[in-house]
Amino acid sequence: MTIPQLSIFIENRSGTLIKVLDALKEANIQIVASTIADTAEYGIYRLICSEPMRACEELKKANVAVALSDVFAIEIDDQPGRAAEAVKLFSEAGISITYMYSFLLRGKGVLIFRTDDGEKAAKVIKDNNLKSIDGAALALWA
Amino acid sequence: MIWNPNKECMSRDERSALQGKRLHKIVEYVYHNVPFYRNKLQEMDIRPDDIQTIEDIQKLPFTTKKDLRDNYPFGLQAAPQSEIIRIHASSGTTGNPTIVGYTRKDIGVWSECMARCLTAYGVTRDDIFSVAYGYGLFTGGLGAHYGVEHIGASVIPAGTGNTEKHLKLIRDLGITGLACTPSYALYLAETMDKLGIRKEDLKLRVGAFGAEPWTESMRQEIEARLGLKGFNIYGLSEVMGPSVSYECQMQNGSHICEDHFYPEIINPVTLEPLPAGQTGELVFTTLTKEGMPVLRYRTRDLCSLLPGTCDCGRTEVRMGRIQGRSDDMLIIRGINVFPSQVESVVLSMPEFAPHYLLVVDRVNNLDTLQVQVELRQEVFTSTFDTPAAVDELEKRLAAKLKSVLSIAAKVQLKAPGTIERSQGKSAHVVDKRKL
Amino acid sequence: MYSNYFNLEVETLSRSEIEALQLERLQKTVHHCMNNEFYRKKFAETGITPDDIKTLADVRKLPFTTKQDLRETYPFGMCCVPMKDCVRLHSSSGTTGNPTVILHTKKDLDEWANQVARNLWMVGLRPDDVFQNSSGYGMFTGGLGFQYGAEKLGMLTIPAAAGNSLRQIKFIKDFGTTAIHAIPSYVTRLYEVMKEEGVDPRRDTKLKVLAIGAEPHSEEQRKRIEEMMGVKAYNSFGMSEMCGPGVGFECPEQNGMHFWEDYYIVEIVDPETLEPVPDGEIGELVLTTLCREAMPLLRYRTRDLTRILGRTCPCGRNHIRIDRMRGRSDDMIVLRGVNIFPIQIEKILMKFPEVGTNYLITLTTEDNNDQMTVEVEVNEGTDDFAKLKALSEELRHQLGDEILLKPRVRLVSKGSLPVSEGKAVRVVDKRKVYQ
Repeated sequence: MTIPQLSIFIENRSGTLIKVLDALKEANIQIVASTIADTAEYGIYRLICSEPMRACEELKKANVAVALSDVFAIEIDDQPGRAAEAVKLFSEAGISITYMYSFLLRGKGVLIFRTDDGEKAAKVIKDNNLKSIDGAALALWA
Repeated sequence: MIWNPNKECMSRDERSALQGKRLHKIVEYVYHNVPFYRNKLQEMDIRPDDIQTIEDIQKLPFTTKKDLRDNYPFGLQAAPQSEIIRIHASSGTTGNPTIVGYTRKDIGVWSECMARCLTAYGVTRDDIFSVAYGYGLFTGGLGAHYGVEHIGASVIPAGTGNTEKHLKLIRDLGITGLACTPSYALYLAETMDKLGIRKEDLKLRVGAFGAEPWTESMRQEIEARLGLKGFNIYGLSEVMGPSVSYECQMQNGSHICEDHFYPEIINPVTLEPLPAGQTGELVFTTLTKEGMPVLRYRTRDLCSLLPGTCDCGRTEVRMGRIQGRSDDMLIIRGINVFPSQVESVVLSMPEFAPHYLLVVDRVNNLDTLQVQVELRQEVFTSTFDTPAAVDELEKRLAAKLKSVLSIAAKVQLKAPGTIERSQGKSAHVVDKRKL
Repeated sequence: MYSNYFNLEVETLSRSEIEALQLERLQKTVHHCMNNEFYRKKFAETGITPDDIKTLADVRKLPFTTKQDLRETYPFGMCCVPMKDCVRLHSSSGTTGNPTVILHTKKDLDEWANQVARNLWMVGLRPDDVFQNSSGYGMFTGGLGFQYGAEKLGMLTIPAAAGNSLRQIKFIKDFGTTAIHAIPSYVTRLYEVMKEEGVDPRRDTKLKVLAIGAEPHSEEQRKRIEEMMGVKAYNSFGMSEMCGPGVGFECPEQNGMHFWEDYYIVEIVDPETLEPVPDGEIGELVLTTLCREAMPLLRYRTRDLTRILGRTCPCGRNHIRIDRMRGRSDDMIVLRGVNIFPIQIEKILMKFPEVGTNYLITLTTEDNNDQMTVEVEVNEGTDDFAKLKALSEELRHQLGDEILLKPRVRLVSKGSLPVSEGKAVRVVDKRKVYQ
């Protein structure tokens, strides 16, 4: 139901992002999706990639502050309105979505998100038969 | 122990005579030295000679915080500037702070009252006493400080903050006395738990707690956790500062230094005096003050004067606990805060809509103030995507609030239309503390 | 008509009279030190007795005392009077390691106030002046030291304390403030805010004197301050180990600070060899107190680098003239009047596993405000912004508790700071405070 995501601390300074990307390139890791959220001084770079465990190890070796966390990933049809329908289910259950990003893969839309109540969110996914993606499936795609 | 038995234990009749004499003198003094009072008395057709006994006090006009503000800064000052050696200030409802000037004699009287108070608590020159009220313009710090020095105990001017270091000093120096707000005393207890310091490690035995309302159950908790006996201390800068009244060992009401500050209880609506025992608004007349005497100053504090005499031997009247306010003033970490002060800041910054909310809470025994303010639509649109701009605006607002309120507030910027529109004054405040 | 001197007789003594008085007081002080175990031991170790002090030059036979001695004898080990005679305690910052504790008797406080009053009188202040003390109160000696001194002189004294520039300016205007005491960087800050508010210090205030100190500054900075504010700015020297502010102060000649030799013996020594250096050469300032009761200090190594400018002065005071401070013989940082050692910061950072042990302290002047930024490396990744924010807030808070002012904390990438082995550069001072 969840997939591993890398969360990387990056300072707002030129050169910090390329250090991370270079390390991933060296390790031959492919990035599937990524997003940067920023504050005034630093940001968190979140990414979904092939071989997340190995990617994490390689980044640590490259002296990068990185954490592995699990985020929900659900598949939706590549049609207008599907994202709204999905998010509404969580909203109606009183769950707040902390952050979200999305991408298209092989003609399917994927929503990646974290909520303020993981257990409740998992139940919503199950009860509504939402199609969730796990790490193994993603690895196949990537 | 009693510091000054001549004054603290004099018979009621003797004291009334003294009060009457001093009242006459003070009315004469302000009549000749403060145009504000002269005009007021002349309007009411009262001459100083009409005031001969303490009962005549009811002929006199009231003084309010607004009067102090309208006559800012020195309009109510009676002594010439060259005689004033100290100024304290407390916050006003908006704009101008309340300014109080003290002559050398005033500082002496204040130290005397503090000495009476500390002696009633059982403090002697052998004690080591830490003053953890704020120093500076606020009267708590310097007021308590001069009193401790006056009785010859050692004073540690700890000030506020730096709690861990303060605890270290309390333990290492064998500090025996502590003056601070009751909520700060509880915060000290929390920090002790965190650091693994037990009350048995400390020599604390006396606490002088005040500057904010507190309850009997808070007293029990403080006493149990710090291993000391906690006493109430009351005061306000407009009248003097801390030690206008204080508890004795009986801990049944706070004795008022009546030969210096004459108390009355009035109905805040009709302004009629209330009999002993009834709760109403506390009013003070300063009987000996030179710098800025006040006649019948309305404190806005609601309480009662306790009938009967006290077993400690003091004949000075006792006031009960403060039960509330007759205005919308908040006391946060011992500092007086008016919602209108926040409003004046919000209105002075063009980025904000005139909608705000004060949320007061107590977290780990420390009062917190959060101020929520709505951004104007165009400002919201241009800043929300740039964290640095939001940051800058938050910091600027926080700095302005701090400058006006004298305490730090957490600022929360809200999107347009998200703060509930309020009707009336009190709707601007959510006070989650249970006092 | 007032005299030009606050203590006419002692301020205008001839050199030989000063030296005779110093010898008499030195002998008394050394005998007084024998009340104390620490000094008895130290004397026994060096093999001298109080009777060996026969001339003023014999001061060099005495052992030095250091901050280390104060720490090791914490809290009361260097006190030479019974505790019940002590009425005040000041303590340096810090919870890591022992802070230093300085005790005062009533007479010590009075002598301290006298030195400050003497200084302020020297630069033309009289009882009809209005003195605004914009210095920190509480444990920091700048607040209470100037408060007592200005009150002793008889001025109207406003305990404005540090910060809150808008209110400071309001007071300067409304109370007709004629003199301000503040750290130099804060005066510059005040001027900036005045400019923003459209206040011209020459046109809109009655200022005539500034007292600046507690933070190193160059002659250039002083000139700029005088230019901006349109008044003379006089350099002040003090340190809590001696009492606080008051030890040295410039006269209207502005050619070095007079150190009051009826209170102190001044020596300048080579910090390596501890041998005296000739007049005019830079070395470490060493002070011996001559009037202190509670905690006399013999040959106290201040760690401040400076030099002797002369021993006579056209102003009529023959008390030694000492140049502004030229640096430190240790790694202490003076920021906004607060003394900070890098080791204090290091010890706090060690408590946080989330950050590395590498750190960099940068001191800058921004908008005329001196700032400290502590950069630390984030060791562990997280998916949660709130955690990062809480981390930097907690660091800021704990550092603030330790060093008495809240630095900016910047979280930076791993590996971007100099590594902690060896003699890494830990402090970058961009303020250019020493000439």
